[in-house]
Amino acid sequence: MDVLNQMLDVFSNVGNITWQQIVMWVIGAVLIYLAIKKDMEPTLLLPMGFGAILVNLPWSGVVDRYYQKVAGGEILLDPVKGKELFEAGAEGVSYEPGVIDELFGMGIANELFPLLLFVGIGAMIDFGPLLSNPKLMIFGAAAQFGIFMTLSLAALFGFDLKDAASIAIIGAADGPTSIFVANFLQSKYVGAIMVAAYSYMALVPVIQPPVIRLLTTKKERMIRMPYKPAAVSKTTKILFPIVITVITGIVAPRSVALIGFLMFGNLIRECGVLDSLSETAQKVLANLVTLFLGITIATKMQAEQFLSLETLMIIGLGLVAFIFDTAGGVLFAKVINLFAKPGNKLNPMIGAAGISAFPMSARVVHKMGLKEDPQNFLLMHSIGVNVSGQIASVIAGGMILNLIG
Amino acid sequence: MNVQAFLDTLPYMGLGMLGIFVVTGVIILAMYALNAIFKEKK
Repeated sequence: MDVLNQMLDVFSNVGNITWQQIVMWVIGAVLIYLAIKKDMEPTLLLPMGFGAILVNLPWSGVVDRYYQKVAGGEILLDPVKGKELFEAGAEGVSYEPGVIDELFGMGIANELFPLLLFVGIGAMIDFGPLLSNPKLMIFGAAAQFGIFMTLSLAALFGFDLKDAASIAIIGAADGPTSIFVANFLQSKYVGAIMVAAYSYMALVPVIQPPVIRLLTTKKERMIRMPYKPAAVSKTTKILFPIVITVITGIVAPRSVALIGFLMFGNLIRECGVLDSLSETAQKVLANLVTLFLGITIATKMQAEQFLSLETLMIIGLGLVAFIFDTAGGVLFAKVINLFAKPGNKLNPMIGAAGISAFPMSARVVHKMGLKEDPQNFLLMHSIGVNVSGQIASVIAGGMILNLIG
Repeated sequence: MNVQAFLDTLPYMGLGMLGIFVVTGVIILAMYALNAIFKEKK
């Protein structure tokens, strides 16, 4: 009988499983499935999916746990309530750190992980196509419209201003910027925002084509844009990241960390004397940070916080952000075409590549161009717009922080 | 639905987009300047 009781004791935690935790396991499994089977942002969605399961095991030892002494032992407190009581110095409340929450404190709460990732991203990007045709940069700006449209819509649906801004930044279509801004604004929806941001980035090939088709005619989609690249000197490529950092940093001081780390990575790439560091930033550093980023974000996917109507609304608003970003870029190109001479018209589809989401968005536009006309090669134009979207999304993040932070 | 909150955020939309376009404009000018000053040697 004693053995039986001991066995029951060992499995007593089964009784602590809640239906909300089971739902989170399913969500975690779906993220892992999408990562492996559908190749959707696997570097992020897989760790997030596994992390979602880890943090939603009953009495999970990977997240901070707060206990309240009661007669005859201790009871586990709700993490949010427990933290509040512990920080208020409530009597009889104790705390046991969990490794994922510790990682969150060390890597995300202080914005370190997204910034380190930006060094790697900066080292990966070749700004050459943009530098050879600088005016393409304007589409990167236009395609940030979804951010501000979503800000207003999130406010309409009852989110407070800082949460609305954090949700809106999903439209930056750039994970590190989203994490940086949402965390800076101390949004309690970081988990849902990350899931939405990375999922929609992976879904760019699904989201953008119908929006582009809706806003353009077949004739417009067939407009050819010959690629005549201007030569860009090495000095220009080296000075570019420095100049961009100074300009953006002066106008939007709160974006200095974001733009600075992105451009630092690019400077390492372009300087020509740090090839080894550039390669390390692109591969080892980016991989290492990514490895921990997803699983760390998962701490914000605990059932108590994640399963809510707000999460569903955030997922919906994220889609709205991507749609309006795409529409902003395409419509802006159409407006420019109203004033362009015949023969100099732009293919409005390239405006859609301004949403960052590098390089998926550029590829989507290129493929759509080829579908309409197999001789229409838009790749270099769309790449130029796409990298400008990367810069513009960081500027947009800085603007949000300046205006609302 | 909080229509007043929606209306309150519209100035942020205007200011934000204006700010992005202004910064982008300055960056475009800077890129043209860099290209003009540091031309590729033939």
